[in-house]
Amino acid sequence: MYNKSGVELAKMLKNGVIMDVTNVEEAKIAEDAGACSIMALERVPSDIRKDGGVARMSDPKMITEIKKAVSIPVMAKVRIGHFVEAQILEALEIDFIDESEVLTPADPKLHIDKTQFKMPFVCGCRNLGEALRRIAEGASMIRTKGEAGTGNIVEAVTHLRQLHGEIRDIKNMDKAQLVFAAKEMGVSVELLELVQKEEKLPVVNFAAGGVATPADAALMMQLGAEGVFVGSGIFKSSDPQRMAKAIVESVAYFDNPKKLAEISNDLCSAMPGLEMETLDTKMAERGV
Amino acid sequence: MSNKDKINVGILAFHGDIEEHEEAIASLGFSSIRLKYLEDLDNLTHLILPGGESTTISKFLDKTGIGKAIQKRAKEKTLQIYGTCAGAILLAKEVETQYPVSNLGLIDAKISRNAYGSQIHSFETELNFKPTKQNFEAIFIRAPKIISHSDKIDVLCEHQEEAMILEQDNVLISTFHPELIRPAIIHEYFLSK
Repeated sequence: MYNKSGVELAKMLKNGVIMDVTNVEEAKIAEDAGACSIMALERVPSDIRKDGGVARMSDPKMITEIKKAVSIPVMAKVRIGHFVEAQILEALEIDFIDESEVLTPADPKLHIDKTQFKMPFVCGCRNLGEALRRIAEGASMIRTKGEAGTGNIVEAVTHLRQLHGEIRDIKNMDKAQLVFAAKEMGVSVELLELVQKEEKLPVVNFAAGGVATPADAALMMQLGAEGVFVGSGIFKSSDPQRMAKAIVESVAYFDNPKKLAEISNDLCSAMPGLEMETLDTKMAERGV
Repeated sequence: MSNKDKINVGILAFHGDIEEHEEAIASLGFSSIRLKYLEDLDNLTHLILPGGESTTISKFLDKTGIGKAIQKRAKEKTLQIYGTCAGAILLAKEVETQYPVSNLGLIDAKISRNAYGSQIHSFETELNFKPTKQNFEAIFIRAPKIISHSDKIDVLCEHQEEAMILEQDNVLISTFHPELIRPAIIHEYFLSK
Protein backbone atom coordinates (compact mmCIF):
# COMPACT_ATOMS: atom_id res chain seq x y z
CA MET A 1 0.00 0.00 0.00
CA TYR A 2 1.10 3.51 -0.72
CA ASN A 3 0.92 5.34 2.63
CA LYS A 4 2.28 2.83 5.12
CA SER A 5 1.98 4.90 8.28
CA GLY A 6 -1.57 5.90 7.28
CA VAL A 7 -2.55 2.26 6.73
CA GLU A 8 -1.10 1.44 10.15
CA LEU A 9 -2.81 4.40 11.86
CA ALA A 10 -6.13 3.09 10.57
CA LYS A 11 -5.37 -0.24 12.29
CA MET A 12 -5.05 1.59 15.61
CA LEU A 13 -8.55 3.03 15.14
CA LYS A 14 -10.07 -0.45 14.78
CA ASN A 15 -12.90 -1.55 17.03
CA GLY A 16 -13.63 2.09 17.70
CA VAL A 17 -16.10 4.84 16.91
CA ILE A 18 -15.32 7.96 14.86
CA MET A 19 -17.80 10.75 15.57
CA ASP A 20 -18.80 13.82 13.55
CA VAL A 21 -18.47 17.01 15.62
CA THR A 22 -19.13 20.61 14.66
CA ASN A 23 -17.50 22.53 17.53
CA VAL A 24 -15.12 22.26 20.50
CA GLU A 25 -17.88 21.39 22.94
CA GLU A 26 -19.06 18.44 20.83
CA ALA A 27 -15.46 17.34 20.28
CA LYS A 28 -14.98 17.13 24.05
CA ILE A 29 -18.22 15.20 24.49
CA ALA A 30 -17.00 12.71 21.86
CA GLU A 31 -13.58 12.30 23.47
CA ASP A 32 -15.19 11.92 26.87
CA ALA A 33 -17.50 9.23 25.58
CA GLY A 34 -14.53 7.21 24.29
CA ALA A 35 -14.51 8.06 20.58
CA CYS A 36 -11.24 6.85 19.00
CA SER A 37 -11.22 9.79 16.58
CA ILE A 38 -13.41 12.70 15.52
CA MET A 39 -14.44 14.18 12.20
CA ALA A 40 -14.48 17.99 12.35
CA LEU A 41 -17.07 19.53 10.03
CA GLU A 42 -19.30 22.59 9.97
CA ARG A 43 -22.60 20.76 9.55
CA VAL A 44 -23.48 17.14 10.23
CA PRO A 45 -24.78 15.31 7.13
CA SER A 46 -28.45 15.59 8.12
CA ASP A 47 -28.13 19.40 8.21
CA ILE A 48 -26.24 19.43 4.89
CA ARG A 49 -29.16 17.43 3.49
CA LYS A 50 -31.72 19.84 4.95
CA ASP A 51 -29.91 23.06 4.01
CA GLY A 52 -29.09 22.05 0.43
CA GLY A 53 -26.61 24.14 -1.55
CA VAL A 54 -22.92 23.38 -2.02
CA ALA A 55 -21.19 21.73 0.93
CA ARG A 56 -17.45 22.47 1.14
CA MET A 57 -14.42 21.87 3.36
CA SER A 58 -14.84 23.44 6.82
CA ASP A 59 -13.17 26.65 7.91
CA PRO A 60 -9.56 25.95 9.00
CA LYS A 61 -10.27 28.02 12.13
CA MET A 62 -12.87 25.59 13.45
CA ILE A 63 -10.77 22.56 12.49
CA THR A 64 -7.74 24.00 14.28
CA GLU A 65 -9.75 24.87 17.39
CA ILE A 66 -11.12 21.34 17.55
CA LYS A 67 -7.66 19.85 16.98
CA LYS A 68 -6.31 21.88 19.91
CA ALA A 69 -9.17 20.83 22.18
CA VAL A 70 -8.72 17.05 22.01
CA SER A 71 -5.98 14.44 22.34
CA ILE A 72 -7.44 11.89 19.89
CA PRO A 73 -6.84 11.91 16.11
CA VAL A 74 -8.77 14.49 14.11
CA MET A 75 -10.17 13.95 10.63
CA ALA A 76 -11.80 16.45 8.28
CA LYS A 77 -13.59 16.24 4.94
CA VAL A 78 -12.70 17.52 1.50
CA ARG A 79 -14.83 17.47 -1.62
CA ILE A 80 -14.23 14.57 -4.02
CA GLY A 81 -11.48 15.62 -6.43
CA HIS A 82 -10.71 18.89 -4.61
CA PHE A 83 -6.99 18.44 -4.12
CA VAL A 84 -6.46 22.03 -3.00
CA GLU A 85 -8.81 21.56 -0.05
CA ALA A 86 -6.69 18.48 0.74
CA GLN A 87 -3.48 20.54 0.50
CA ILE A 88 -4.99 22.97 3.00
CA LEU A 89 -5.90 20.20 5.43
CA GLU A 90 -2.42 18.75 5.08
CA ALA A 91 -0.99 22.16 5.95
CA LEU A 92 -3.17 22.16 9.10
CA GLU A 93 -1.51 18.87 10.12
CA ILE A 94 -4.67 17.04 11.01
CA ASP A 95 -4.46 13.24 11.15
CA PHE A 96 -6.71 11.91 8.36
CA ILE A 97 -8.48 13.42 5.34
CA ASP A 98 -11.91 12.10 4.34
CA GLU A 99 -12.48 12.57 0.62
CA SER A 100 -16.20 12.46 1.09
CA GLU A 101 -19.37 12.16 -0.97
CA VAL A 102 -21.14 13.98 1.90
CA LEU A 103 -19.69 17.21 0.50
CA THR A 104 -20.57 18.38 -3.01
CA PRO A 105 -18.11 16.81 -5.49
CA ALA A 106 -15.60 19.22 -7.06
CA ASP A 107 -14.70 16.86 -9.89
CA PRO A 108 -17.44 14.91 -11.65
CA LYS A 109 -15.07 12.08 -12.66
CA LEU A 110 -11.77 12.06 -10.84
CA HIS A 111 -10.84 11.56 -7.23
CA ILE A 112 -7.74 13.12 -5.70
CA ASP A 113 -4.38 11.50 -6.50
CA LYS A 114 -3.76 10.67 -2.88
CA THR A 115 -0.22 9.45 -3.55
CA GLN A 116 0.79 13.12 -3.79
CA PHE A 117 0.13 13.58 -0.07
CA LYS A 118 1.91 12.55 3.09
CA MET A 119 -1.40 12.74 4.94
CA PRO A 120 -3.52 9.55 4.85
CA PHE A 121 -6.97 9.51 3.23
CA VAL A 122 -10.16 7.61 3.97
CA CYS A 123 -12.66 7.20 1.12
CA GLY A 124 -16.16 5.81 0.76
CA CYS A 125 -17.29 2.79 -1.28
CA ARG A 126 -20.47 0.89 -2.11
CA ASN A 127 -18.76 -2.19 -3.49
CA LEU A 128 -15.39 -3.84 -4.04
CA GLY A 129 -14.64 -1.98 -7.29
CA GLU A 130 -15.08 1.44 -5.67
CA ALA A 131 -12.98 0.34 -2.67
CA LEU A 132 -10.09 -0.92 -4.82
CA ARG A 133 -10.13 2.10 -7.14
CA ARG A 134 -9.83 4.36 -4.09
CA ILE A 135 -6.99 2.19 -2.76
CA ALA A 136 -5.27 2.37 -6.17
CA GLU A 137 -5.52 6.18 -5.92
CA GLY A 138 -3.77 5.97 -2.54
CA ALA A 139 -6.49 5.69 0.12
CA SER A 140 -5.22 4.29 3.44
CA MET A 141 -8.62 3.41 4.81
CA ILE A 142 -12.06 2.62 3.40
CA ARG A 143 -15.54 3.18 4.78
CA THR A 144 -18.64 1.73 3.25
CA LYS A 145 -20.78 4.75 2.31
CA GLY A 146 -24.26 3.95 3.52
CA GLU A 147 -26.49 7.00 3.10
CA ALA A 148 -25.25 9.82 5.33
CA GLY A 149 -27.63 12.00 7.33
CA THR A 150 -30.61 9.66 7.05
CA GLY A 151 -30.48 7.78 10.36
CA ASN A 152 -31.48 4.82 8.19
CA ILE A 153 -29.13 1.84 8.28
CA VAL A 154 -30.46 0.14 5.15
CA GLU A 155 -27.83 1.46 2.72
CA ALA A 156 -24.97 0.85 5.17
CA VAL A 157 -26.10 -2.77 5.40
CA THR A 158 -26.43 -3.02 1.62
CA HIS A 159 -22.93 -1.68 0.94
CA LEU A 160 -21.20 -3.73 3.63
CA ARG A 161 -22.92 -6.93 2.48
CA GLN A 162 -22.12 -6.10 -1.14
CA LEU A 163 -18.43 -5.54 -0.36
CA HIS A 164 -18.05 -8.72 1.66
CA GLY A 165 -20.11 -10.74 -0.81
CA GLU A 166 -17.78 -9.70 -3.62
CA ILE A 167 -14.71 -10.52 -1.54
CA ARG A 168 -16.15 -14.01 -0.98
CA ASP A 169 -16.71 -14.37 -4.74
CA ILE A 170 -13.11 -13.33 -5.45
CA LYS A 171 -11.86 -15.98 -3.06
CA ASN A 172 -12.98 -18.82 -5.33
CA MET A 173 -11.99 -17.35 -8.71
CA ASP A 174 -9.33 -18.82 -10.97
CA LYS A 175 -6.87 -16.58 -12.79
CA ALA A 176 -9.02 -16.11 -15.90
CA GLN A 177 -11.99 -15.07 -13.80
CA LEU A 178 -9.79 -12.68 -11.81
CA VAL A 179 -8.55 -11.00 -14.97
CA PHE A 180 -12.14 -10.60 -16.15
CA ALA A 181 -13.30 -9.27 -12.77
CA ALA A 182 -10.38 -6.83 -12.75
CA LYS A 183 -11.44 -5.53 -16.15
CA GLU A 184 -15.08 -5.19 -15.05
CA MET A 185 -14.10 -3.32 -11.89
CA GLY A 186 -11.42 -1.19 -13.52
CA VAL A 187 -8.76 -2.32 -11.05
CA SER A 188 -5.45 -4.15 -11.42
CA VAL A 189 -5.25 -7.94 -11.33
CA GLU A 190 -2.50 -7.57 -8.70
CA LEU A 191 -4.84 -5.73 -6.33
CA LEU A 192 -7.52 -8.40 -6.80
CA GLU A 193 -4.94 -11.13 -6.17
CA LEU A 194 -4.06 -9.39 -2.93
CA VAL A 195 -7.73 -9.43 -1.89
CA GLN A 196 -7.94 -13.11 -2.87
CA LYS A 197 -4.90 -13.97 -0.77
CA GLU A 198 -5.89 -11.95 2.30
CA GLU A 199 -9.63 -12.59 1.92
CA LYS A 200 -10.18 -8.97 2.91
CA LEU A 201 -9.37 -5.46 1.76
CA PRO A 202 -5.70 -4.54 2.08
CA VAL A 203 -6.69 -1.57 4.28
CA VAL A 204 -8.97 -1.15 7.28
CA ASN A 205 -12.69 -0.94 6.51
CA PHE A 206 -15.15 0.94 8.72
CA ALA A 207 -18.90 1.24 8.18
CA ALA A 208 -20.70 4.58 7.84
CA GLY A 209 -23.86 6.31 6.70
CA GLY A 210 -26.98 5.78 8.76
CA VAL A 211 -25.86 4.52 12.18
CA ALA A 212 -28.39 5.93 14.69
CA THR A 213 -28.52 3.43 17.58
CA PRO A 214 -26.20 1.12 19.52
CA ALA A 215 -27.92 -1.79 17.76
CA ASP A 216 -27.07 -0.26 14.36
CA ALA A 217 -23.41 0.02 15.35
CA ALA A 218 -23.32 -3.58 16.62
CA LEU A 219 -25.02 -4.73 13.40
CA MET A 220 -22.20 -3.17 11.38
CA MET A 221 -19.61 -4.92 13.55
CA GLN A 222 -21.37 -8.29 13.27
CA LEU A 223 -21.49 -7.84 9.50
CA GLY A 224 -17.70 -7.51 9.54
CA ALA A 225 -16.96 -3.79 9.78
CA GLU A 226 -13.75 -3.08 11.68
CA GLY A 227 -15.19 0.03 13.33
CA VAL A 228 -17.93 2.59 12.83
CA PHE A 229 -18.34 6.21 11.75
CA VAL A 230 -21.31 7.98 13.30
CA GLY A 231 -22.27 11.25 11.68
CA SER A 232 -25.58 12.81 12.62
CA GLY A 233 -26.54 9.90 14.89
CA ILE A 234 -24.92 11.30 18.03
CA PHE A 235 -25.59 15.03 18.01
CA LYS A 236 -29.04 14.76 16.46
CA SER A 237 -30.19 12.37 19.22
CA SER A 238 -32.02 13.75 22.25
CA ASP A 239 -29.07 13.08 24.61
CA PRO A 240 -25.73 13.16 22.71
CA GLN A 241 -23.60 12.37 25.77
CA ARG A 242 -25.48 9.18 26.53
CA MET A 243 -25.85 8.17 22.90
CA ALA A 244 -22.11 8.67 22.28
CA LYS A 245 -21.16 6.48 25.25
CA ALA A 246 -23.75 3.87 24.33
CA ILE A 247 -22.48 3.56 20.77
CA VAL A 248 -18.85 3.24 21.93
CA GLU A 249 -19.91 0.45 24.29
CA SER A 250 -22.01 -1.26 21.65
CA VAL A 251 -18.95 -1.52 19.37
CA ALA A 252 -16.88 -3.10 22.15
CA TYR A 253 -19.67 -5.53 23.12
CA PHE A 254 -21.08 -5.99 19.60
CA ASP A 255 -21.30 -9.78 19.98
CA ASN A 256 -23.03 -9.84 23.38
CA PRO A 257 -26.84 -9.40 23.09
CA LYS A 258 -27.32 -9.15 26.87
CA LYS A 259 -24.87 -6.27 27.10
CA LEU A 260 -26.46 -4.65 24.05
CA ALA A 261 -29.85 -4.87 25.75
CA GLU A 262 -28.42 -3.12 28.82
CA ILE A 263 -26.75 -0.46 26.68
CA SER A 264 -29.94 0.20 24.68
CA ASN A 265 -32.24 0.21 27.71
CA ASP A 266 -34.12 3.50 28.32
CA LEU A 267 -31.47 5.33 26.31
CA CYS A 268 -32.88 8.46 24.61
CA SER A 269 -34.54 9.25 21.30
CA ALA A 270 -32.40 8.42 18.29
CA MET A 271 -32.16 10.98 15.49
CA PRO A 272 -35.23 11.20 13.24
CA GLY A 273 -34.85 8.86 10.27
CA LEU A 274 -35.57 9.25 6.56
CA GLU A 275 -36.91 6.74 4.03
CA MET A 276 -34.66 6.32 0.98
CA GLU A 277 -37.59 6.97 -1.39
CA THR A 278 -38.04 10.49 0.01
CA LEU A 279 -34.45 11.62 -0.66
CA ASP A 280 -33.71 14.27 -3.28
CA THR A 281 -29.99 13.49 -3.24
CA LYS A 282 -28.36 10.11 -2.82
CA MET A 283 -24.90 11.05 -1.62
CA ALA A 284 -23.63 7.47 -2.03
CA GLU A 285 -23.99 7.78 -5.80
CA ARG A 286 -21.34 10.49 -5.89
CA GLY A 287 -17.71 9.53 -6.61
CA VAL A 288 -17.75 5.98 -8.00
CA MET B 1 9.17 -22.24 24.63
CA SER B 2 8.41 -25.80 25.62
CA ASN B 3 5.72 -24.87 28.12
CA LYS B 4 3.07 -24.01 25.53
CA ASP B 5 0.32 -25.69 27.54
CA LYS B 6 0.99 -23.54 30.57
CA ILE B 7 0.67 -20.26 28.70
CA ASN B 8 -2.69 -18.50 28.44
CA VAL B 9 -2.46 -15.29 26.46
CA GLY B 10 -5.16 -12.64 26.60
CA ILE B 11 -5.49 -9.46 24.58
CA LEU B 12 -7.45 -6.62 26.12
CA ALA B 13 -10.20 -6.33 23.52
CA PHE B 14 -12.25 -3.17 23.96
CA HIS B 15 -10.64 -1.12 21.20
CA GLY B 16 -7.49 -0.92 19.07
CA ASP B 17 -5.42 -3.27 16.96
CA ILE B 18 -6.58 -6.44 18.70
CA GLU B 19 -6.45 -8.63 15.55
CA GLU B 20 -2.88 -7.55 14.79
CA HIS B 21 -1.76 -8.82 18.20
CA GLU B 22 -3.74 -12.02 17.71
CA GLU B 23 -1.97 -12.57 14.39
CA ALA B 24 1.45 -11.87 15.94
CA ILE B 25 0.73 -14.40 18.70
CA ALA B 26 -0.62 -16.92 16.15
CA SER B 27 2.54 -16.49 14.02
CA LEU B 28 4.46 -17.92 17.00
CA GLY B 29 2.17 -20.94 17.24
CA PHE B 30 0.14 -19.74 20.21
CA SER B 31 -3.53 -18.99 20.55
CA SER B 32 -5.03 -16.12 22.53
CA ILE B 33 -8.34 -15.03 23.97
CA ARG B 34 -9.97 -11.60 23.88
CA LEU B 35 -10.30 -10.15 27.35
CA LYS B 36 -13.48 -8.13 27.90
CA TYR B 37 -14.93 -9.72 31.01
CA LEU B 38 -13.36 -9.59 34.46
CA GLU B 39 -13.75 -13.32 35.14
CA ASP B 40 -11.62 -14.18 32.08
CA LEU B 41 -8.56 -12.51 33.59
CA ASP B 42 -8.11 -15.23 36.24
CA ASN B 43 -6.90 -17.88 33.79
CA LEU B 44 -4.37 -15.69 32.01
CA THR B 45 -0.62 -15.95 32.42
CA HIS B 46 0.11 -13.24 29.82
CA LEU B 47 -1.86 -10.10 28.97
CA ILE B 48 -1.37 -7.65 26.10
CA LEU B 49 -2.71 -4.09 26.10
CA PRO B 50 -2.92 -3.18 22.39
CA GLY B 51 -2.40 0.01 20.41
CA GLY B 52 -5.29 2.40 19.90
CA GLU B 53 -6.45 5.40 21.86
CA SER B 54 -5.58 5.21 25.55
CA THR B 55 -8.53 7.49 26.39
CA THR B 56 -10.97 4.95 24.96
CA ILE B 57 -9.36 1.85 26.50
CA SER B 58 -8.94 3.56 29.87
CA LYS B 59 -12.70 4.11 30.21
CA PHE B 60 -13.37 0.38 29.83
CA LEU B 61 -10.60 -0.54 32.31
CA ASP B 62 -12.30 1.70 34.89
CA LYS B 63 -15.85 0.69 34.21
CA THR B 64 -15.32 -3.09 34.16
CA GLY B 65 -12.94 -3.24 37.13
CA ILE B 66 -10.40 -4.99 34.89
CA GLY B 67 -7.92 -2.15 35.51
CA LYS B 68 -7.87 -2.76 39.27
CA ALA B 69 -7.72 -6.53 38.76
CA ILE B 70 -4.70 -6.15 36.46
CA GLN B 71 -2.96 -4.03 39.12
CA LYS B 72 -3.61 -6.73 41.70
CA ARG B 73 -2.28 -9.55 39.50
CA ALA B 74 0.74 -7.42 38.55
CA LYS B 75 1.62 -6.82 42.18
CA GLU B 76 1.25 -10.51 43.02
CA LYS B 77 3.62 -11.15 40.10
CA THR B 78 1.24 -13.75 38.71
CA LEU B 79 0.74 -12.05 35.36
CA GLN B 80 3.13 -11.04 32.59
CA ILE B 81 1.92 -7.79 31.02
CA TYR B 82 2.89 -6.15 27.75
CA GLY B 83 1.61 -2.78 26.49
CA THR B 84 2.24 -1.35 23.02
CA CYS B 85 1.76 2.37 22.31
CA ALA B 86 -1.59 3.15 23.99
CA GLY B 87 -0.98 0.06 26.14
CA ALA B 88 2.39 1.51 27.21
CA ILE B 89 0.70 4.76 28.24
CA LEU B 90 -1.82 2.85 30.33
CA LEU B 91 0.93 0.91 32.14
CA ALA B 92 3.11 3.93 32.97
CA LYS B 93 3.37 5.44 36.42
CA GLU B 94 3.09 8.98 35.10
CA VAL B 95 1.46 10.25 31.90
CA GLU B 96 1.80 13.66 30.32
CA THR B 97 -1.43 14.24 28.42
CA GLN B 98 -3.97 16.86 27.59
CA TYR B 99 -6.81 14.50 28.46
CA PRO B 100 -6.52 12.51 31.70
CA VAL B 101 -6.28 8.73 31.35
CA SER B 102 -6.49 6.49 34.42
CA ASN B 103 -3.15 4.81 33.96
CA LEU B 104 -2.37 1.68 35.96
CA GLY B 105 1.06 2.84 37.19
CA LEU B 106 2.82 -0.50 36.84
CA ILE B 107 6.15 0.63 35.40
CA ASP B 108 8.40 3.39 36.78
CA ALA B 109 8.34 5.55 33.70
CA LYS B 110 6.94 8.89 32.63
CA ILE B 111 5.36 8.90 29.18
CA SER B 112 4.21 11.80 27.05
CA ARG B 113 1.23 11.05 24.82
CA ASN B 114 1.41 12.01 21.11
CA ALA B 115 4.82 13.46 21.84
CA TYR B 116 5.90 13.58 18.21
CA GLY B 117 2.79 15.45 17.03
CA SER B 118 0.05 14.56 14.57
CA GLN B 119 0.01 11.83 11.92
CA ILE B 120 2.25 13.71 9.48
CA HIS B 121 5.10 13.27 11.98
CA SER B 122 4.71 9.50 12.15
CA PHE B 123 7.96 7.80 11.14
CA GLU B 124 9.75 4.55 10.50
CA THR B 125 13.22 3.64 11.70
CA GLU B 126 15.53 0.68 12.19
CA LEU B 127 16.00 -0.41 15.79
CA ASN B 128 17.92 -3.12 17.60
CA PHE B 129 16.32 -5.39 20.19
CA LYS B 130 19.03 -5.88 22.79
CA PRO B 131 18.00 -9.24 24.33
CA THR B 132 18.29 -11.03 20.96
CA LYS B 133 20.52 -8.48 19.18
CA GLN B 134 18.12 -8.49 16.22
CA ASN B 135 17.51 -5.47 14.00
CA PHE B 136 14.00 -4.62 12.85
CA GLU B 137 12.00 -1.82 11.23
CA ALA B 138 9.76 -0.03 13.72
CA ILE B 139 6.91 2.25 12.81
CA PHE B 140 5.96 5.09 15.15
CA ILE B 141 2.35 6.21 14.64
CA ARG B 142 1.29 9.26 16.64
CA ALA B 143 3.64 7.65 19.11
CA PRO B 144 4.14 8.42 22.78
CA LYS B 145 7.61 9.15 24.15
CA ILE B 146 9.27 7.84 27.29
CA ILE B 147 10.48 11.06 28.93
CA SER B 148 12.09 9.53 31.97
CA HIS B 149 12.31 6.24 33.82
CA SER B 150 13.82 4.72 36.93
CA ASP B 151 17.51 3.66 36.65
CA LYS B 152 16.48 0.28 37.89
CA ILE B 153 14.53 -0.72 34.82
CA ASP B 154 15.98 -2.34 31.75
CA VAL B 155 16.05 -0.52 28.45
CA LEU B 156 15.66 -3.25 25.82
CA CYS B 157 15.69 -0.95 22.82
CA GLU B 158 16.59 2.68 22.22
CA HIS B 159 16.80 5.21 19.44
CA GLN B 160 18.84 8.42 19.60
CA GLU B 161 19.21 7.95 23.36
CA GLU B 162 15.46 7.62 23.86
CA ALA B 163 14.14 4.40 25.39
CA MET B 164 11.67 2.64 23.09
CA ILE B 165 11.18 -0.63 24.99
CA LEU B 166 11.32 -0.90 28.78
CA GLU B 167 11.05 -3.88 31.09
CA GLN B 168 10.48 -3.90 34.83
CA ASP B 169 10.00 -7.40 36.26
CA ASN B 170 6.74 -8.66 34.79
CA VAL B 171 5.85 -5.50 32.90
CA LEU B 172 7.04 -4.79 29.34
CA ILE B 173 6.22 -1.69 27.27
CA SER B 174 7.04 -0.42 23.80
CA THR B 175 6.17 3.01 22.43
CA PHE B 176 5.64 1.55 18.94
CA HIS B 177 3.89 -1.45 17.38
CA PRO B 178 5.89 -4.72 17.38
CA GLU B 179 2.63 -6.52 16.54
CA LEU B 180 3.13 -5.26 12.97
CA ILE B 181 6.64 -6.78 12.69
CA ARG B 182 7.47 -10.26 11.36
CA PRO B 183 9.08 -12.31 12.72
CA ALA B 184 7.29 -11.19 15.89
CA ILE B 185 10.50 -11.09 17.91
CA ILE B 186 9.26 -8.95 20.76
CA HIS B 187 6.10 -11.00 21.23
CA GLU B 188 8.30 -14.08 21.24
CA TYR B 189 10.41 -12.54 24.00
CA PHE B 190 7.25 -11.63 25.95
CA LEU B 191 5.83 -15.16 25.74
CA SER B 192 9.17 -16.65 26.88
CA LYS B 193 8.89 -14.69 30.14
